[in-house]
Amino acid sequence: MSEYVLEMRDVCKSFPGVKALDHAQLKLRPGTVHALMGENGAGKSTLMKCMFGIYKMDEGEIYIDGEKVTISDPLEAWDKGISMVHQELQPIPARTIGENIFLGRYPMKKALGFIPVVDHDKMYEETAKLLKRVRMDFDPKQKLGTLTVSQMQSVEIAKAVAGNCRVLILDEPTSSLTQNEVEALFRIVEDLKKENVAIVYISHKMDEILRISDEVTIMRDGQYIGTWESKDLTTDFIITKMVGRELTNLYPKRENVPGEVVFEVEDFTSINPRSFRHCSFNVRKGEILGVAGLVGAQRTELMEGLFGTRSHTSGSIHYKGKELKISRPKDAIDHGIAMLTEDRRGSGIMGVLSVADNISVASLNKYIDYGFMLNTKKIDALVEENRQKMNIKTPSGKTLIQSLSGGNQQKVLIGRWLANNPDVLILDEPTRGIDVGAKYEIYCIIADLAKQGKSIIMISSEMGELIGMSDRIMVMCDGRITGFIDGKEANQENIMALATQFE
Amino acid sequence: MNNKESFGKKFLNYVKSNPIVVMLVIVAIIVGFTKDNFFSWKNFGNLMSNTAVRFLIALGVSGCLITKGTDLSAGRQAGLAACLTGILIQKADYSGKLWKAVPELNMFVVLLIVVAIGALLGLLNGTIITLLKVPPFITTLGTQTIVYGLCLVVTDAQPIGGFQKSFIDLINGRLGNSNGFHLPYLLFVAALFGLFFWFLYNKMRHGKYMYAIGGNEVAAEVSGVNTTKTLMLIYTTAGIMYAIAGWLLAGKTGGASTSMGMGYELEAIAACTIGGVSTTGGIGTVSGVLVGTTSYRASSSSWPSRSTCASTWRRSNSVIPKKFLGAFWLRDFFVFDAVIR
Repeated sequence: MSEYVLEMRDVCKSFPGVKALDHAQLKLRPGTVHALMGENGAGKSTLMKCMFGIYKMDEGEIYIDGEKVTISDPLEAWDKGISMVHQELQPIPARTIGENIFLGRYPMKKALGFIPVVDHDKMYEETAKLLKRVRMDFDPKQKLGTLTVSQMQSVEIAKAVAGNCRVLILDEPTSSLTQNEVEALFRIVEDLKKENVAIVYISHKMDEILRISDEVTIMRDGQYIGTWESKDLTTDFIITKMVGRELTNLYPKRENVPGEVVFEVEDFTSINPRSFRHCSFNVRKGEILGVAGLVGAQRTELMEGLFGTRSHTSGSIHYKGKELKISRPKDAIDHGIAMLTEDRRGSGIMGVLSVADNISVASLNKYIDYGFMLNTKKIDALVEENRQKMNIKTPSGKTLIQSLSGGNQQKVLIGRWLANNPDVLILDEPTRGIDVGAKYEIYCIIADLAKQGKSIIMISSEMGELIGMSDRIMVMCDGRITGFIDGKEANQENIMALATQFE
Repeated sequence: MNNKESFGKKFLNYVKSNPIVVMLVIVAIIVGFTKDNFFSWKNFGNLMSNTAVRFLIALGVSGCLITKGTDLSAGRQAGLAACLTGILIQKADYSGKLWKAVPELNMFVVLLIVVAIGALLGLLNGTIITLLKVPPFITTLGTQTIVYGLCLVVTDAQPIGGFQKSFIDLINGRLGNSNGFHLPYLLFVAALFGLFFWFLYNKMRHGKYMYAIGGNEVAAEVSGVNTTKTLMLIYTTAGIMYAIAGWLLAGKTGGASTSMGMGYELEAIAACTIGGVSTTGGIGTVSGVLVGTTSYRASSSSWPSRSTCASTWRRSNSVIPKKFLGAFWLRDFFVFDAVIR
């Protein structure tokens, strides 16, 4: 009997143009939580997909209990006791919990002795047992769509550990959960540990990793960096190993000097009575205004209102004393306002289009010759300029944007807006889902823009980012602005106090 | 990697990613050697002029598809244009002249009239889709029926003949001898529009906005793209293309009837899909549409004309959803294989 339940050795995998895995390895002990860390694009997901049989390895071996095995598809992985909870859940909301769990492998029985039919009684009985195992007491016949995201995730875990699960892969399980839901998830993980299941835990959140994991494997650029016991680790050490360089500062030094007030919003109120109301604030030239608030504080809605993607009933916007009439995004853009949206995939990138198309779409009017013909050379120059200025890692301007990492996609989107040379930039969660190294680069870009005299409004849910980057922080709660804090005096406590000032 | 090595690899890659084109070549070879007159200039010329008309319709539909829409009224719109052309272009002394009050009009005046009507119908589609927010599938299914109704009304459901001879001659004209090597005028028309659309899609704002809407409509809107205007323009352009195709179709056939253009929309959608236009939006090229239309036409025209298969073919055209058309097309290949004698 081997010490490890599963071992992957010298795994190599190449995609056209990229070496995704270069002699990577992973060793899992039974009954432990093994954190797998690395920046986006470090090869974590690729390694997991090789283990799960979604990708075929170019080189390398997998051992289960010391015996060499081959895994060619997910079904085989499942048979061998490996299961995976994907980052993006793929449930069927209109069907019951039981049907979702047993999708594709319904228990069967023979009706009238010869007609094979689905054995619903058995299915729901089994489902009840599985749900108990993950501490959920739902009716197995409940529609999945009636559950919250975290509850769906629990169902997904229940599905994954059904059968003889020995290795469970959790890919960024907490990315859309609240703190309480995270606690619930950790309880499930602890239970599974007791059942001797080895858990691979992929996450970017340091505090979670240090709390839940027993061992940490770090990868960088497809290579194995090392495995450590997590009780010996510190956040700084992990980041240094992940990034491959010392990160002395989490935030760049800011040299911007806020000037006179240029952008003023007065008494801005949504047509939806439960959304933002009576919001008044201003932004100075060259100032970074952080916007803090809890989920549901209507920060995004307010900004969308200013940008014209949402309607408002009353209120006015002034830029340099001139009133702006904004009823749709185009008006805002024409007045020199840009908005980087929160949902990068939903309202930011155009996945199937190239980097060049994505970066130029908001400023095409600038590259017109003879009044009708696009000058592709000018567009190429724009791509090249942004690529160098922001260090965008893309093979060429023709590459599809969906094949870039999140951080690079974000840089392309920032480039899209900068091409219009806006005066006011609204950045909604600019670093969400971006790895540590790229985050720093984006902070540098933001700091640089402020230095150039642009007014920046930055919504963020990360306290550290707000405190580290803002000259002033505006706090919202339940659709109202509850206060402003100077950047130097801001701390978690005074922000939270304002963010929880419910009426 | 040196060039000699990569040629074989490139060829293999090409075969793998363009199975349709490869099948087209194989079919052409099989048919060519089993049917007497397939490899003839005459057949080649026919094929080209048939493809040309279909290509114009496919170009129109391609914009709708790239923006995740569709246009099911394409065929009927072309049919209406053909019938209107027929009515307006009948000789003054023709005994069966439908609208006796209408004088003998110049064929280009007729073209302008049908294009104007096509543009209006396209604008109607665009308006319903963008302002009333009815899904394109439903909208154009509706206008398909409306347009067919209109067509029945204006023609009294009668076949139309007695066209001006100059019109028929011009449309069926060619460079070169019809028995030897020749290039039909329609080929040049198709080439002209192909170039225009290539320019529109790649070199103009409108094209870029179209791809942006197909790629992510919300993101396009946020980036300041006037999605309403762009979509309206796309459907209007499509309407104009069907009208031109209908005008050509009438001249090419030398007559018009209400059944004209039936099922052309599905053929055009299928041709686009075969040519790599993605129905999930944002992807599609003019050259792809050309390859798709040519493949589709070449296989269709290589059918023995009176076989039972032809009716299967047409029936299958009208009932199956567009997603499966490509698959159906392949299936029919094998049916066809059994039919050739």
